[in-house]
Formats: sequence, C-alpha cells, structure tokens
Amino acid sequence: MEYVQEVLWILAKIVALILPLFGVVAYLTYAERKVLGWMHHRKGPNRIGFGGLLQPLADAGKMLMKEVMIPAQADKALFVLAPIMAFAPALAAWAVIPFGDGLVVADINVGLLYLLAMTSLGVYGFILAGWSANSKYSMLGAMRTGAQVVSYEIAMGFALVGVLMASGTMNLSDIVRAQEGPFWHWYWLPLFPIFLVYWIAAVAETNRAPFDVAEGESEIVAGYQVEYSGISFGIFFLAEYANMILIGALASVMFFGGWYSPFHGIPVIGPIFDLIPGPIWFIAKIAFFLFLYIWIRATFPRYRYDQIMRLGWKVLIPVTVVWLVVESIFVLTGFGPWF
Amino acid sequence: MQLIIFYVFAAVLLFAGAMVVSSRNPVHAAMFLVLAFFNGAALWLLAEAEFLGVALVLVYVGAVMVLFLFVVMMLDINVSSMRQGFARYLPIGIAVAAVMVLEMILVLGSDQINVVAATAGGETAVGSNIRAIGSVLYTVYLYPFELAAMILLLAIIAAILLTHRRRGGTKHQDPTAQAKVRAEDRVRLVQMQAVQRRQPSNNEAGAKE
Repeated sequence: MEYVQEVLWILAKIVALILPLFGVVAYLTYAERKVLGWMHHRKGPNRIGFGGLLQPLADAGKMLMKEVMIPAQADKALFVLAPIMAFAPALAAWAVIPFGDGLVVADINVGLLYLLAMTSLGVYGFILAGWSANSKYSMLGAMRTGAQVVSYEIAMGFALVGVLMASGTMNLSDIVRAQEGPFWHWYWLPLFPIFLVYWIAAVAETNRAPFDVAEGESEIVAGYQVEYSGISFGIFFLAEYANMILIGALASVMFFGGWYSPFHGIPVIGPIFDLIPGPIWFIAKIAFFLFLYIWIRATFPRYRYDQIMRLGWKVLIPVTVVWLVVESIFVLTGFGPWF
Repeated sequence: MQLIIFYVFAAVLLFAGAMVVSSRNPVHAAMFLVLAFFNGAALWLLAEAEFLGVALVLVYVGAVMVLFLFVVMMLDINVSSMRQGFARYLPIGIAVAAVMVLEMILVLGSDQINVVAATAGGETAVGSNIRAIGSVLYTVYLYPFELAAMILLLAIIAAILLTHRRRGGTKHQDPTAQAKVRAEDRVRLVQMQAVQRRQPSNNEAGAKE
C-alpha cells in the first residue's frame, strides 16, 4: 500500500512537471518565431488567433495529421526508436531540477552527474536517426552531430567541475543554496570564463545556431531528420526545444542562483523582491536564457565545421582548465563571498 | 520487492549481453551493449552505489559507446564472411571463456562479494558514497590511481601518434592566416569616373542611385 502511494505521488509530480513543459515547448517555438521576426524587422506569425497565439496549436495539429513515412531501406526498429531516444533523456533530466526550495522531483546527491549523463544520452537519438534512415544526408548530419556533441561535452563537463569545486556538492538544491544572496553572490561572477564556456558549449550541445551544422539546411538539407515526417519529425523538434529549456534551467541553477531573487539579502529592497515566490524567479531566469538562444540565432552566421571543432578543442577546453586552476587558488584562499 | 527488481534488471542484462554477441547487425549489437550498461547501472543503484551507477552511464554510455557506434556505423560488414570461421574457432573460444570464468571465480568468489556489499552499505550510512570514494581514491589508492592516469595518457598520445602520420595530398585550413586577412589584401578598389557615356536602359535606372 505504501509503495503504491509513493509511486502514485511520484507519477503526479512527473505529470505536473511534464504537462506544463509541453506547453512551454509549444509557446517557445511561437516566441522564437515572433522574436526572430522582430529582430528581422518583420511581424512573425500573426494569422491564427490573436497575434498568432494559436499558431503552435495549428502546427501541432498539422504534424499529427501528416503521414509518418518510413523509408523502404530503413532499419525500421531503430528508425522508430530514434526520436524517442532523442526526446526521453531531455524529459528525464528534469527530475533533478529544483524549482524552489524543496520543489524537486528527485533530490539526489549525484544530481549534477545524473544531468550530465542524461544530456549525453540525447545524442544516441540523433546518431541512430541518421544511420537508420539509410540516406546519405541523414548519415552526414548524424556524423556531424555525433562528433560535435562528444567534443563539446568535454568542455561542458569541465565547466560543471568548476561549479562543483565552488559549491562542494553535486546536489543541485545545495548548489543553489551555496549561492544564497544578491546577484553578485552567484557563481557567474567568480566563474565568469567558465560560465561563458558553459553557455557556448550548451548552444553547441543543443545543435542550435550558430552551431547547427547538424541540420545545415543549405548544405545537407536537414541533416539527421531528412527522412522523418509528421509527428516523428515533431518529436525531434520537441526534443530540441525541451533540451534548450533544460540547458536554460541548468544555467540558472548553476550560475544564476536558481530560485533566489537578484536582490536577496539587501536590506530594504531584498524583502520586497522576496515576496515574489522562488519558482517565478527561476522561470524568469530560464526565460532570459531562452531569449539569449533566440538572440544568438538571429545575430550570428553559422560556423564552419572545422571552426567548430577548433573552438571546442583548442579554445574552450584550455580556457576551462586554466580557470579551474585559478579557481582552486580562490578556494584555498577563501576569496570573496563565494568560497 | 527489491529482489524482484533485481531479478528483472539482471534478466534484461543477461538478455542484452547475449544479444550483443548473437545479433547480426553490428549497430544493433552496440545498442544492446548500451542496454546492458544501463541495466548494470541500475543494479549498482539498487546496491546504493549511486555514484558508480551514474558514472557508468556517463562514461560508458555517454562517451565510449557513442564513439563505438560512430565507428560501427561506418563499417560495411559482410555478415556471411564473418560467420565462416565460427566452427573452426569455436574450441579456442570456449577455452578462453572457460579460463576467464575460472579467473573471475577465483578473484570474485561469493564470500568476497558479500564483504564488498557489507562495506559499501556501511559507508553509505555515514555519508554519500561520492565522498567515501573520493576520500580513499586520493589517499589509500593514490599510486594506483595516478598509474592508471599515466597509462591512459600514454594511450591517448600513442593513438594520436598512430593516426596522425603525415600523408601527402591532404587539404587543411590555416586559421591564423584566415583570421589575419584584411579587406585590402583581397579587394582592390579602382577609382573610376562616376558617369560614363553609354546606352541608358531600364534595368540600370535603379542601380544609378
């Protein structure tokens, strides 16, 4: 009986997390098209619903209605499995993200490692999608995304080591608690180079512009997803946006103080801003990072593939390693309010 | 309850392991190996060794198997020729397997497994087992640890040296030269008269402005 109750309670938490996430993914695509439109000095979607607000629903409906095609020479089992393998880790990783003090599905001690493991699993979906479709463009896209994600995972892992050294814990809730205080107490300031590396690696890891060579529509049509149609393509789409939101949440937890307000602990204005509950601050920080994604996409041209590899291996990894040494000096001397 | 979960994971683990060997398609075999790693990690989680479990997924599934899959994907393996020597090599294979099983039994007898499980449980009761592993890894087992690191470094350097022979005819970019390029090196601006005598046409009307 107790088991059943516990399982039901966990299921309820999962549903309460996943359902809003789907909504956010849908409206993130709308926000992206709108913001991109404004940055390009056009209007973006504005036909369906007031100001185009129903556009994501129309898109979802369209994808659901379309036929799911499986190429004749494809490896059917893996072809069907691939979108699921891309999407499932993006959702599973949310289990350890703390929305507020104690507001987390699984408060585990190896949260950071778990996140790293889950984000590194998503690449299987992309590689298998590219291989199983038996198409040369898919294959090229899969090779590109595989090499890129594996390379940038190293830089990203090192960046997480920086946070780990500063906070001394792998529990994400404790990482946020270690940053308690106004915004200059958060880790983005003492770990600024690592924060930059993390963000660049995160953009590359999610295959977003300017590192979206895996799709590279002008070179290899749409990369690993060429042969997918209808909702099986839609799931890849969902996976990409769910990953973006996840990366935004991770960046807020590790570098932007999670659920704390930016003025927490300042005498007069601190308590006023603390009236706004923590989860709202957390969501606002995620929204900021998502806007950053779109902004970067509208601003930078796509990197050439060899430049991506060079940046990852020869610039980002050395920068993090050097800053880890600097940080260990900080830790030893107990520098500033952070260590 | 825990026992049932253990047997489910163990059964899937054995099934996946068997499929790795018997699967005809190398990519399928690699994916079954991933499944096997996952179930191994789940068994570790059951034994309250959460660090080892997650590290297994992170290192083997997240990095090693991706590279494996990458290589396997590009192979065009002829399955029938692979099966040809099966009967001929079978006795040697069985002999090697028997020796390995014997060695495993000698090293990991059932009494030793019990000891390991008992100490692991004791440590997790004190604190997280990340802390427990860290505290012995950098003190008691420092030299073996450093030795393993040296061997890995050597392997990396050796692998890079083996693949990075100079071959003729490869094309590569020189990023510093690319970054140093200035517009003056590439484009020559020529002074010209703004208005020249020619036949006016409709397409040029816009271009003149």
